[in-house]
Amino acid sequence: MNLRGKSVVIHDMCLRDGMHPKRHQISVEQMIRVATALDDAGMPLIEVTHGDGLGGASVNYGFPAASDEEYLRAVVPKMKQAKISALLLPGIGTVDHLRMAKDVGVHTIRVATHCTEADVSEQHIGLARKLELDTVGFLMMAHMISPEELLAQAKLMESYGANCIYATDSAGYMLPDDVSARIGLLREKLDPKTEIGFHGHHNLAMGIANSLAAVEAGAARIDGSTAGLGAGAGNTPLEVFCAVLDRMGATTGIDLYKIMDVAEDIVTPMMDAPVRIDRDSLILGYAGVYSSFLLFAQRAAAKYGLSARDILVELGRRRTVGGQEDMIEDLALDMSKANRSKQAG
Amino acid sequence: MANRKIKAAIIGSGNIGTDLMIKALRSEVIEPVWMVGIEPTSDGLKRARELGLKTTHEGVPGLEKHLREDGIQIAWDATSAYAHKANNEIVARHGVVMIDLTPAAIGPFCVPPVNLEAHLGMGAQNVNMVTCGGQATIPMVNAVSRVQEVEYGEIVATVSSKSAGPGTRKNIDEFTRTTAQGIEVVGGAKKGKAIIIINPAEPPIMMRDTVHCLTKEAPKEKEIIASIHAMIEEVRKYVPGYTLKNGPVFDGNRVTVWLEVEGLGDYLPKYAGNLDIMTAAGLRTAEMIAKEILSGKRSAA
Repeated sequence: MNLRGKSVVIHDMCLRDGMHPKRHQISVEQMIRVATALDDAGMPLIEVTHGDGLGGASVNYGFPAASDEEYLRAVVPKMKQAKISALLLPGIGTVDHLRMAKDVGVHTIRVATHCTEADVSEQHIGLARKLELDTVGFLMMAHMISPEELLAQAKLMESYGANCIYATDSAGYMLPDDVSARIGLLREKLDPKTEIGFHGHHNLAMGIANSLAAVEAGAARIDGSTAGLGAGAGNTPLEVFCAVLDRMGATTGIDLYKIMDVAEDIVTPMMDAPVRIDRDSLILGYAGVYSSFLLFAQRAAAKYGLSARDILVELGRRRTVGGQEDMIEDLALDMSKANRSKQAG
Repeated sequence: MANRKIKAAIIGSGNIGTDLMIKALRSEVIEPVWMVGIEPTSDGLKRARELGLKTTHEGVPGLEKHLREDGIQIAWDATSAYAHKANNEIVARHGVVMIDLTPAAIGPFCVPPVNLEAHLGMGAQNVNMVTCGGQATIPMVNAVSRVQEVEYGEIVATVSSKSAGPGTRKNIDEFTRTTAQGIEVVGGAKKGKAIIIINPAEPPIMMRDTVHCLTKEAPKEKEIIASIHAMIEEVRKYVPGYTLKNGPVFDGNRVTVWLEVEGLGDYLPKYAGNLDIMTAAGLRTAEMIAKEILSGKRSAA
């Protein structure tokens, strides 16, 4: 693989996707500390919001330590060169949140839908573009459909005004060929001015390999997370990805030693538990399940005396999509009832 | 008098309007006369013609001149929040009562098992049916809030991709905003939040709704359980496929129930309970108004 001379924009997720393993309890002070250190390391883009995006504060996904607005107002003014992005899932957040994000100085808005439902993003993408934000269409669980179907959805988002389209491997299910096929087709068929991005999860340890495949196939933006802090087994660990890209002669503008230090000295000590590939996060990738279901399944398993792996496999079989956290306790109740009636029988 | 029916028009020939038409044709007090669309080739208009309704594809302006001559007294709007205001202005000029099935929410909210009776005698020209998710969940929020104070009510409505038409998709923010408002105003929660998820699985999933209430004091479990079961029965009177799947689960001050809404399969198949709960509620509200008109308690148009 030859990536020599390629320039890649790295987008850090540890203060947004990383909110999932932190149960959305990253403090404002921690946000500032991590973001300023990443800014100093040369990170061009940093995402800051509730793990489920703007407006994610809820019983269903968890109430955060501070509001999106408090986090953003604290972090944005501290940045010397980095731009701050915010995620928005239509159905959870609304254009009111989007306007707030614009008001507090967010540079990039990422409007996320399930990979087959791009048409719910029209009003949000349209408004973001009108507000002259860097506007990204973010197609989640992209492994569930073919590259051709994904392209059709990407074209919708492009037609609404997105200047960048992501193929998002929310379940960490894809293998490098799956990434190449999707990113390659998007790059070939979308407007050459539209950027392509890839967001990976490390559930099958494919974070680095998939991100390299994406760059090779034409992705200009790659998501990852310093120290890998993200849902499931985490996102593509950025200090590792930067080291690999450096070895391959691609450029990121990031100081390798500095990001290694942020990962080791600041982000890793923040973890409640090691973010790693254990049997539950592995099953997310293996069965194609939304990564942020992990802790919910583990809690339901503990509460109802079940195996988290069984719950996750069944969620995959039912083809649940991002945001259906409410179905996890429902399923656990059904499974524990079934177990009881089996024992009684 | 015995066989007199109030004449009605359905505005919007999409999924909701077509399902409503099929249900309204069974009504003993309402006769659907007009179906209004904007797409000459729409399936809804074709069905309407087959079932003997008059149709126009010129929107409400195409209906306006017929309102008086056909004696239309009730209209349902099943278009979109954006189109509703203009539609309402036209029919209101002719004294027609509007049942709004879009999330525009310019009239007072009506969730029949909770507050249909409160609308009796009020004579509102425009009544709003909140949203499909609101119709499915607000009765449960109310079932808790009528027992004790609810600080926060949150609902998650999950619908199949095939049952979410273009209007719903374009109106997704209006859905979350209007449902949240309904949770407060009709449900009785101090603060409301609504989330909607569209799931494309095949075969399509049934509508699912999860309702979380955070009570101010420790939940009175026995009373809440009884209240929820009584409310389920109320909803089942007009949506027989409304089922409590799990719960209530009590966890600290959290009370959670999981619901499933199976439709009658009138237009879309049974998975589209989100259509049924909306159209059944809209029809029930219209029938109450029709009875008021028929009994002379409400001045006719």
